[in-house]
Amino acid sequence: MLDILFIGLSLGSILLLVALGLAITYGAMGVINMAHGEMVMIGAYVAVLSGIWLKTSLLLAIPLAFVVTALLGLMIERVVVRRLYGRLLDTLLATWGIAILLQQAVRLEFGLSFFGIHIQGLGVGLQNVAVPSYLQGTFRLAGADINAYRTFTIAVTAALTLATWFILYRTAAGMQVRAIIRNPKMAAACGIDVKRVNAVTFAFGSGLAGVAGVMMSGFKTVFPDMGTTMVVDGFMVVVTGGVGSLFGTILSSGLLGEINALVAIGTNDILARAVVFGVVILVILVKPSGLFSFKGR
Amino acid sequence: MVFNRREFLKTAATASAALALPALGSRAFAADAIKVGALYSQTGGLSVAEKLLANGVMMAVAEINAAGGVLGRPVEVVVEDGASDPKTFSEKASKLILKDKISTVFGCHTSASRKAVLPIFERRGAMLFYQTHYEGFECSRNVVYSGAVPNQQLSNYIPWIVEKLGKKKFFIVGSNYVYPREMAKVSKKLIEAAGAKWVADEYLELGHSEWAVMVSKIKESGADVVLSNVVGDSIIAFYREFKNQGLSQEVIPICATVTSEIEIAAMGAEYAAGSYTSFPYFMSIETPANKSFIDRFRTFVNDPKAVTYHSLEAAYFQVFLWKQAVEKSGDLSADAIRAGIRGQTYDAPGGKVTTDPDNLHCWLTPRIGQWQPNGQSKVVNAYPAPIKPLPYSAYGETESNLFCTGNGLDAAKLKG
Repeated sequence: MLDILFIGLSLGSILLLVALGLAITYGAMGVINMAHGEMVMIGAYVAVLSGIWLKTSLLLAIPLAFVVTALLGLMIERVVVRRLYGRLLDTLLATWGIAILLQQAVRLEFGLSFFGIHIQGLGVGLQNVAVPSYLQGTFRLAGADINAYRTFTIAVTAALTLATWFILYRTAAGMQVRAIIRNPKMAAACGIDVKRVNAVTFAFGSGLAGVAGVMMSGFKTVFPDMGTTMVVDGFMVVVTGGVGSLFGTILSSGLLGEINALVAIGTNDILARAVVFGVVILVILVKPSGLFSFKGR
Repeated sequence: MVFNRREFLKTAATASAALALPALGSRAFAADAIKVGALYSQTGGLSVAEKLLANGVMMAVAEINAAGGVLGRPVEVVVEDGASDPKTFSEKASKLILKDKISTVFGCHTSASRKAVLPIFERRGAMLFYQTHYEGFECSRNVVYSGAVPNQQLSNYIPWIVEKLGKKKFFIVGSNYVYPREMAKVSKKLIEAAGAKWVADEYLELGHSEWAVMVSKIKESGADVVLSNVVGDSIIAFYREFKNQGLSQEVIPICATVTSEIEIAAMGAEYAAGSYTSFPYFMSIETPANKSFIDRFRTFVNDPKAVTYHSLEAAYFQVFLWKQAVEKSGDLSADAIRAGIRGQTYDAPGGKVTTDPDNLHCWLTPRIGQWQPNGQSKVVNAYPAPIKPLPYSAYGETESNLFCTGNGLDAAKLKG
């Protein structure tokens, strides 16, 4: 039973890893960021490229990916998203376009492949990230074999969640972000520089996606399309949990992860996936604003 | 991997310029060129695998052109993009056949795309050359199948696992679609015939890469061997999870039918070391022909680390089978190709291949490879000669009782 719960926890942590950044960009800023999955993909490619060219380990790729994707996020916010606040559907289309641009940039090696130049680690093919040997295999805990890499993923997710919570609820900058979530106009009237805070928030959300990408690269395949399916799962978690609620996102990812694991163990993975979607539909029907939600003012 | 249409066009242009010179100008040449289609996904989720296959076809055509073409005429490839979508495949197939008036198309990778284009080829009288190993259960007179069918991957494999590895309990796992399910059907017969048993037959959604639950089921099941028909990028996540949950390839080996050099390179060779795959071709085959093939392919795609694998080899050699068929019958129509290709033999990089006169599938040599820590396989078992393809082996087809013959499928036998 312990190992099943552990699997559920692990599934939940992976969902949360992707959803955490989305909870901020979508939840806080009202931007349907379809390029979030591509940020995950870029993070994974940072792990691939730093492994090949800098010979650094997976651990060092985590801060590196955070910085790279946060800067990229900042750029996207400055150039595109900034002009589209308050236009929900337009952000969806625009960020979807960005997502395709990013995918093709990686696939075409930033256009270099047209000149016959090949950069190892980029391009259409599948990429491989080396996982340090101490993160492979299992270790024993309380009579059960525990998967080392999944434990590491859970730990990283917990650390990121804690950091996000701390920034949002215990710092002055976080208070400004929360004020903007509740009512952007009133926040601006109180002297908060909404544009600047939004830019930094978007960058932070993108940076979280980058870290998620590094963690994914350790047990999934790295290729240009890898982010597309993840963004769907991410939105599912955020919507179920309640838009704008960090706690709701954490809880719904844990819930959906455990449901997935328990149903899959009892029956099979295909049915488990269907049950998870069924639960999500049910939650949205019964509580359209998600499990936990703020009332906007 | 660099996409090489551009490179190819360059090579083709040079070659064709040389050929066209005496004919004064490219106009005369264009009328003379034999057009063939290459219908693979250049975009979308399947493009990773399918572009490589397109490269295999391109390379073969470039080599044929360099050696003087077919019937003294150069070959021109019309490339279309199936966009990883069966509907697009069927539209593009119509375009190639109706608008470009092409009678031979090399293409398709998934069974879904092949099934989508099949009616078009049959109605319009064109030939499809299909290189991917597939589930069988098809007997079209308009398709030449150059990849393996289940009996060529499993008939040597299962008895070998039971006898040589001493395994008795199989856990069958696959992606949830027709190929793995048909493979499982054939496997179960063979497992029972070999005196072993199977304890589970489980599936994971296509493209899904969360293996935690499945691997823990394998652990609990008491199985001593895993038969994997998992496809695509799910494979990488599967082997990684397998090791990460503490399972060892020495105790419970994964015996796969799809895992090729491509996936091994992408997952990191240490995860697969010790596991097995059954294929007619491996990159590690030590023959001068294969070594030269690998070198030429690497030069062609401008990637010194490119790997070769079964479907790629088949994509390559099927073009030569087509060339021989056209040259034998001296005509480009589907009927002429069909008549010409029956019994054609070619020395492919992996050894001799022959198109079966009855069912237009390919005689191939079943081989079992064990993956080594360097990412290459060691061939641990091989048939002495190519064996006959039996696309209906799951339904009782044998060499003395053929379901699929030159006249098409004998439906009465399928029912009985």
